[in-house]
Amino acid sequence: MKRTLPAALLALSLAVVAGCDGSGGGGDADQANAATGPITIWLSNNQEELAWGKAMVESWNGQHADQKITAQEIPAGKSSEEVIGAAITAGNAPCLIWNTAPAAIPQFQKQGGLVALDSFDGGAQYIADRTGDTAEQYKSPDGKFYQLPWKSNPVRIIYNKDIFAKAGLDPEKPALATYDEFLTAARKIKSSGAAQAAIYPAPSSEFFQSWFDFYPLFAAETDGNQLVKDNKAQFNTPQGQAVAGFWKTLYDEGLAPKEMYNGDSFADKKAAMAIVGPWAIKVYGDKVKWGTVPVPTSTGKPADQIKTFSDAKNVAMYSACQNRATAWEVIKFATSQEQDGKLLDATGQMPLRKDLQTAYPDYFSKNAAYTPFAEQAARTVEVPNVPNSVAIWQAFRDAYSESVIFGKTPVADAFTGAAEKVDQLASGS
Amino acid sequence: MTTAAPAATKRNRAAGLLGRHPVGMILAAPYAVYLAVIFAYPFGFSVWMSFHDYFFAAPGAVVDHPFVGLDNYKAALTDPAVGQAFKNIVIFLVINVPLTTGLALVLAVALNRVVHARTFLRVSFYVPYVTASVAVVGVWLFLFNSGGLVNSLLGPLAPDPSWLVNEGWAMPVIAFFVTWKQLGFFILLYLAALQNVPNALYEQASVDGANGWQKFWSVTVPAVRSSTALVVILALITGANLFTEPYLLTGGGGPNGASASPVLIMYQRGIQQGEPDFAAALGVILVLGTLVVAYINRRFIEGRD
Repeated sequence: MKRTLPAALLALSLAVVAGCDGSGGGGDADQANAATGPITIWLSNNQEELAWGKAMVESWNGQHADQKITAQEIPAGKSSEEVIGAAITAGNAPCLIWNTAPAAIPQFQKQGGLVALDSFDGGAQYIADRTGDTAEQYKSPDGKFYQLPWKSNPVRIIYNKDIFAKAGLDPEKPALATYDEFLTAARKIKSSGAAQAAIYPAPSSEFFQSWFDFYPLFAAETDGNQLVKDNKAQFNTPQGQAVAGFWKTLYDEGLAPKEMYNGDSFADKKAAMAIVGPWAIKVYGDKVKWGTVPVPTSTGKPADQIKTFSDAKNVAMYSACQNRATAWEVIKFATSQEQDGKLLDATGQMPLRKDLQTAYPDYFSKNAAYTPFAEQAARTVEVPNVPNSVAIWQAFRDAYSESVIFGKTPVADAFTGAAEKVDQLASGS
Repeated sequence: MTTAAPAATKRNRAAGLLGRHPVGMILAAPYAVYLAVIFAYPFGFSVWMSFHDYFFAAPGAVVDHPFVGLDNYKAALTDPAVGQAFKNIVIFLVINVPLTTGLALVLAVALNRVVHARTFLRVSFYVPYVTASVAVVGVWLFLFNSGGLVNSLLGPLAPDPSWLVNEGWAMPVIAFFVTWKQLGFFILLYLAALQNVPNALYEQASVDGANGWQKFWSVTVPAVRSSTALVVILALITGANLFTEPYLLTGGGGPNGASASPVLIMYQRGIQQGEPDFAAALGVILVLGTLVVAYINRRFIEGRD
């Protein structure tokens, strides 16, 4: 009995499992697309975004008594993507989530969790009209939009003027355009003792960390290549290896530390530079006297030609949504020029609009610090929208950690191995 | 007579089904249901997943989950990251299990004898166990980073690269961390066991001329053998489930995979990368490995099969 009971339970559970393959009948998509009524949305837990979201919901609800929005923060979890993935599987995802990471879109799409926005009248046109050519990066391999490009945080180098002055560097116009200039400045910062580190990107192994060290410089060096193009890895190239070589020098010479910093190294003045988006302006505003420059390139390209990583967050509609016609109208309402202006005003993050600077001239004239980021927003590169996106980034990060940060393997060998793996993953196998 | 016989048969059948203590079975039923729902069903599901091409899908999504035989097991067993993770766990267990068992027993014996500040000392050892790992990890990051307290005390003897980014030291530091954090619980187990050791045994040993060490080795250690078996098995299970520490203390199993654990890889592949079939196969391998080691431990420590 002692041994047969667990065996019986196991057999029972296997039998139950074998009977449910998770492919039960679904609702009528066309009917849902035409349906209107109350909907639920999730917002980021960033306080400024939340304040904007609540005001937007209040404004909508005031005009649509029969199609009210119920808004809540994305439930807590290790990451938003894991929570959303679990909600898709459970069938209780909300209609809209205003914080969907582009890297997670392929996985959510594979799960059957997303609604193609092209399925609404004028859906694709609305996205193209609002975002322009940049929107192409957000199309899925099947040619459809499963996300609306919402806002970006184009990353640039931010530097501490006091530390630069202490190191004998020009705090107003520092020479940081080429790799050589950047390394010379970094060595001066370190040797003068002005700061513990020249720059302090997180050296940890999470798949997304490469978005804030390798990828912005790779985008700049290649004039806008994504990590993967036509199902082929793009980083195992002379440009990719030049970027890796630049970071490797920083790590090898101790200019960038190899261990994690428990806090914000730039705010704590432990690092003289950081790679950040415009969100940083409010965070560092009065605490640090800062300046900003584009990310460096090997040849020192002109600033107005440099591309960078977008760090965008988008809006997606989830297949559990029953009143999709209302959801689509809410998307359009919340990404209108008026609401985008309110978002910009509240958060300093850049709405993904082709006419960003001309649409909000007053804002940028009053907030000059945001202008370089707004200019940069026109030249951004997104993560590739390909199958196994997260696995691809993890494979790349593992190779980068092994060769660039810890120097256990030559960069060429590590990148060759990673490129083979990435090619296989990008092809969907 | 004709009606009494079927009634007796029914009673016998009920008794046969519920055993000699039907009330006990009824009282145990809620926990049995809990185990079935929370443990047996998910475990069975994961075994099923490990033999299929499976990913999590939305209700109503039409997806195929073809049977793939041992493909997921082959993928898991030939993945260099998985091999590295199992090696890391062996290093962890070799340090953590003996250290936990030895320290917990010695400290329990000491705490059992101490007269003053007994409660304070017991609580002091127990506090790390009940404190959230996330909070304690923050403290250890400050202690073991290159400019931290430990390196300041060690001066030129500090390892380079520092502890948490040193491939040779990252896993031992995690093993020490877990030993320290779990120690209070294991001390408590030993303290309970020590209450059952008859004083007469120590008195007899004293009459025979045994010194303190001989009494500890010949009386205490054999007397708490069954608790030692429990401590070893629990420490083993803790090691097999290692996740929080490599996730937080060494930034996702770094440096360069030197502190990655099988459960961390299950999380990365199953949740982050959407390959729950691979993760399920790895989980089944881990369960089987833990069962084998636990069985060997039981044979050696308890001396029975």
